[in-house]
Amino acid sequence: MHSAQTRRRLLSGWGVLVLLFLYLPIAVVIVYAFNSSRDVSTWKGFSLHWFSAAFRSDRYVAALELSLKIAALNALFATLLGTAAALALGRSRSKWKVPFSALVFLTLVVPEIVIAVASRVFFVQAHDNVGLFPALGWKTILLAHVVWSSAVVVLIVRARFTGMGSALEEASFDLGAGPLSTFRQVTLPRLAPAIVAGALLAFTMSFDDYVLSVFTASGTSETWPMAVFNDVRFGVTPAVNAISTIMFAVVAAGVATAMWIMNRRGDTADGLA
Amino acid sequence: MRRGRARSFAPRYPSWLAAPLLGYYLLLFVAPLAILVAFALAKQGDSFAGSQIIYGFYTDAISQVFDSLYVNVFRQTFLMAAGGTLATVAVGFPLAYWMARHVSPKRKGLVLLLVIIPFWTSFLIRTFAWKLILDGDGSFAGALHLNILYTWKAVLIGLVYGYLPLFVLPAYAALERMDWSLVDGALDLGATPWQAFKDITLPLTRPGLLSGTLLVFIPMAGEYVIPEMLGGGRFLFVGNVIQGQFIGADNWPFGSAVSLGLMVLLSLFVILYLISAMREEQFGA
Repeated sequence: MHSAQTRRRLLSGWGVLVLLFLYLPIAVVIVYAFNSSRDVSTWKGFSLHWFSAAFRSDRYVAALELSLKIAALNALFATLLGTAAALALGRSRSKWKVPFSALVFLTLVVPEIVIAVASRVFFVQAHDNVGLFPALGWKTILLAHVVWSSAVVVLIVRARFTGMGSALEEASFDLGAGPLSTFRQVTLPRLAPAIVAGALLAFTMSFDDYVLSVFTASGTSETWPMAVFNDVRFGVTPAVNAISTIMFAVVAAGVATAMWIMNRRGDTADGLA
Repeated sequence: MRRGRARSFAPRYPSWLAAPLLGYYLLLFVAPLAILVAFALAKQGDSFAGSQIIYGFYTDAISQVFDSLYVNVFRQTFLMAAGGTLATVAVGFPLAYWMARHVSPKRKGLVLLLVIIPFWTSFLIRTFAWKLILDGDGSFAGALHLNILYTWKAVLIGLVYGYLPLFVLPAYAALERMDWSLVDGALDLGATPWQAFKDITLPLTRPGLLSGTLLVFIPMAGEYVIPEMLGGGRFLFVGNVIQGQFIGADNWPFGSAVSLGLMVLLSLFVILYLISAMREEQFGA
């Protein structure tokens, strides 16, 4: 028993160490957001200067707005396309099911940089030869992001859809509801958590993406990650740290709220049982 | 919809619902990859205009990939991705094991969130923070007299850091699903903890561990931001070569050929994984 205790302690110690490893860079970013010096690598005293400087920068504000716009539209389109496909694939017995699923899988397995350069080559050629296609810019960034994030929506929604069984839909049909009202009243509410999770992930993937964006953008459309990358390479960006600190606070607060709500629901469920 | 149908009826949604996404993929995923193949077989014109492309069936770009210079970059990339994957497993598996086996059920949700939260904050910023930490002139590494920025060690730390959650989550899911009473039974019957781990835990969780490993290895091999930032351009990955050909040197046929090479090599790993996954299924684990 003694050695079991030691093993347990060792594992717990390791777990805590790895969690510290995960948060060390985030802590560094937060600390340096409050550094009064312009030099990011040495500490010169506490200051809130960079938080106001960050939002006075037209370039940063424009980049943030562009990223938010692309991420929101991407989440919308990816969720619509992905959920529809997941519904069709979930219980399908068509011979197209396997090749189509393979295609979905492939969009996630092909390295991002390969999709990125393929999209760049495609968009340039398509715009030169077919006038209908937009030139490189925020629209092409959006078109490329949707390819990649819709696949994630398909996987998440389909897993939930096949996992929840069809008994309630059968009951709904037996009771005389049509496909549309069955979808609205039975399928959609039960799929909602998966759809929301998929949409959130699609939003995050797009908002945080650098590689796809930089290859499908032109010089005039700069997303937030592109602005970050362009500036951190020269290492003089405490304002970037300030904005990142705010973002981290927003994410952490959102997660804490979600957990609090889930905990309360769990408590009431326990109380009922 | 008529009432009173047979019980075997399973309501299905129409197949055409998949058509929009299929069309989207054909236009914006399959067609671009096809053009990439066409470009790899094309030739760069000699004009000063630069990006003039002569289509055809030239093998110049593809044979240039087999230049020893680029073969070395491929080897270096795959070695680093393999090393990064091994290190991720070594760091992440004990964490996942601890979460599944030793964290109290009440705290599991919290620890899981602690692993996921960094994933929701900017990847670039977190990688850049490692540059601050590892900078020999900065407050951290400087105090420790550590000087590994712009070497393979810094790139390795960045790889492990960036992809750790991608392995920990599937590994944790596999360990969490496992029936631990089997291990307890084996221990009661006199097996050593190591035997129980080797003969029960590992085989039962292998599918999850394998898919987690692949989930980490593929993007690592295609990585270009981490070597760029922490390797300082002195330590090249295939991704950096590709990037250089499209933004910079502007040899699109060669860049396309390198991209295809990366894709072909990685698909070999995916095929190996699919074969082993199917074999696992046949054994009916």
